[in-house]
Amino acid sequence: MTLPDLHPGEIATIVAVHTEEPLHQRLLAMGFRSGKQIELIRKASFSGPLQVRIGTTDILLRRSEAAKIKVCKA
Amino acid sequence: MKRIALLGMPNTGKSTLFNRMTGGAARVGNWPGITVELLSGKILLGSDMVEIIDLPGIYDMHGFSDDEQVVRHFLHDNVPDLALVILNATQIERQISLLLQLKQLDMNLVVLLNMADEAKRFGISIDSKKMSELLDMPIFLLSAKYGTGYPEALQAIGKALRYPTPSMAEQLRSQLEQDGHIESEMARVLKHTVQIPARLSDNLTEKLDRVMLHPWLGLPIFFAVMYLLFQGIFLFGQPLQTGVNDLFGWLRGAAVAPLLASLPAALQGLLLDGVYNGVATVAAFVPIIILFFLFMAMVEDSGYLSRAAFLMDALMARLGLDGRGFVMMLMGFGCNVPALMGTRVMRSRAMRLLTMLVIPFSLCSARLQVFVFITAALFSPKAAPVVLFSLYLFSFAAAILTALLFKGRFKNNEPFVLELPPYRFPTARQMALRGWLEVRHFLRRATKFIIAGVVLVWLLTHLPPSAAPASSDTLAGMIGSWLHPLFAPVGINEQLTIALIFGFVAKEIVIGALAVIYGLSGAALSGALGQQLDWVQAYSFMLFTLIYTPCLATVATLRSESKQLGFTALSIAWSLVLAWLVSFAFYQGARALGY
Ligand SMILES: Nc1nc2c(ncn2[C@@H]2O[C@H](COP(=O)(O)OP(=O)(O)OP(=O)(O)O)[C@@H](O)[C@H]2O)c(=O)[nH]1
Repeated sequence: MTLPDLHPGEIATIVAVHTEEPLHQRLLAMGFRSGKQIELIRKASFSGPLQVRIGTTDILLRRSEAAKIKVCKA
Repeated sequence: MKRIALLGMPNTGKSTLFNRMTGGAARVGNWPGITVELLSGKILLGSDMVEIIDLPGIYDMHGFSDDEQVVRHFLHDNVPDLALVILNATQIERQISLLLQLKQLDMNLVVLLNMADEAKRFGISIDSKKMSELLDMPIFLLSAKYGTGYPEALQAIGKALRYPTPSMAEQLRSQLEQDGHIESEMARVLKHTVQIPARLSDNLTEKLDRVMLHPWLGLPIFFAVMYLLFQGIFLFGQPLQTGVNDLFGWLRGAAVAPLLASLPAALQGLLLDGVYNGVATVAAFVPIIILFFLFMAMVEDSGYLSRAAFLMDALMARLGLDGRGFVMMLMGFGCNVPALMGTRVMRSRAMRLLTMLVIPFSLCSARLQVFVFITAALFSPKAAPVVLFSLYLFSFAAAILTALLFKGRFKNNEPFVLELPPYRFPTARQMALRGWLEVRHFLRRATKFIIAGVVLVWLLTHLPPSAAPASSDTLAGMIGSWLHPLFAPVGINEQLTIALIFGFVAKEIVIGALAVIYGLSGAALSGALGQQLDWVQAYSFMLFTLIYTPCLATVATLRSESKQLGFTALSIAWSLVLAWLVSFAFYQGARALGY
């Protein structure tokens, strides 16, 4: 499953990040590393972005980008 | 002179530290990407002068965005004698990756774990001594905002500066190719030195966000907050402005006029009706400017801008922009120039250009002055704030329309990923600094453009000497009647046309120019405008002022940021055309409806 499949409040583990190189770098620096726990905090209405939490960092990202992040539910 | 560079991820407090070290005035805001330019200051450290440079935040040394390249080039071309690496202590578990990258570069480093106050509040404990041993570099916990831990850090900085400057390895990039082992190194260091509670105890942010980012209430709250802010600015600011204006009027009669009485009449006129009236009218806006930017500082520093990006991204995506573009538009409400520079955080050139095309429609504080003055002159005290708010809506509408029309030409698929910082509240010192910065900026513009502008207007309205002042025989009258066919259909008379021409240079001049053209200032000018114009004409004039080119500084920034003359020309031409069309539609429409 991918990140947008989670419901608000659910926690999962990052399995893989399948994005092109520049974005991959940025995501790594923001803490998206495989094996890390990720919590979906909320989804914006009108198919807006997601708010997720990795460790102590909260991050906003669009569903299209989030769909490239594979997770598995704990 | 030795040189210290401040390095770190966005929003970690580099500018706050810079201000603390240099007493300087870098812009601080709770938004990743506030600093996009190099800023330097000099201080006396021990017995030596050292130069301190505030760099834009970078996520990692491979970064591709324009601001990250600024940093890479800087490090490559001038190796600093010391790099201060500023990390957010509350996010140490991920930010340490940047530190490990920098460590590979063989630079002199001192590491500052900033936001120690927040780390403590969130229950995160860091053993900086141990970390220092493990990584073999000086590491300190401090709070740049409140100053705890700062003296110790400063001492270490002075000590580190005595080491010789390493010569930077030739190829920065190739050095960084092998990032592979960073992850295991991160884990090793963190395991021994950092303890993070399973659940962060930042209840305040959680609770506030539950309301502010509520799926259905979020947007209405956003607009309500905006409305209240602008209401507040008008309600508090307008009486202040009138008060200052009266003060200047009194001063003129009591001191300035008698002082100049011995001068020849023409010179007296130039100084009193030109320079004094013009400048006093503009200077009366200083309290509103301060008030406005105190509000702005609060909003920027609170972290609410990132929330606005979250709420608006879905809409912005349909316009070919993203949530950051919306935040830039909001920042443009202060001044368009830094907002344009803020687009450097975008990587896709197409999106950057499209964002730069819409930012000039943001109703900046200079235009706000014009509107405060005219709405107060033409509308009842009850209606005026609503009229003002409607202009903000027009500002958004112009931006949205522009994005819709041009998004095809600036197609992009820039990813949208943004950090959401916790809510923070500015200290009184931060607010005072920001207010002072803006006043200084305003006074600089005033001395540069406004005085020259009002003198020029006075000359135009009084030359040739044979003509009656401000009559149709003066130069201004001639220009006005020459442009009359263009502006009559939108209800803008000849006097206002002259003001608009000068408004191209800076909007602050508009009211000053009107003061000179009518030979009146303050309440008398309001009265004259109220008699000569009806509300339809005045509103049409305000729409035109809102939409056409903001000012020369914006044009120059568009040019330097886009590095494209064609794009700059497109921006100017489009805004002029749109301004005319909107004013035309409004004016003719209102007249057709019988107003
Ligand atoms: N609680 C706390 N907040 C801080 C501290 N230092 C900075 N801040 C806040 O953190 C936010 C970011 O500060 P800046 O100085 O603008 O950060 P920057 O690193 O220059 O940011 P960029 O320009 O985006 O790279 C602001 O809201 C500051 O008030 C600190 O020690 N404690």
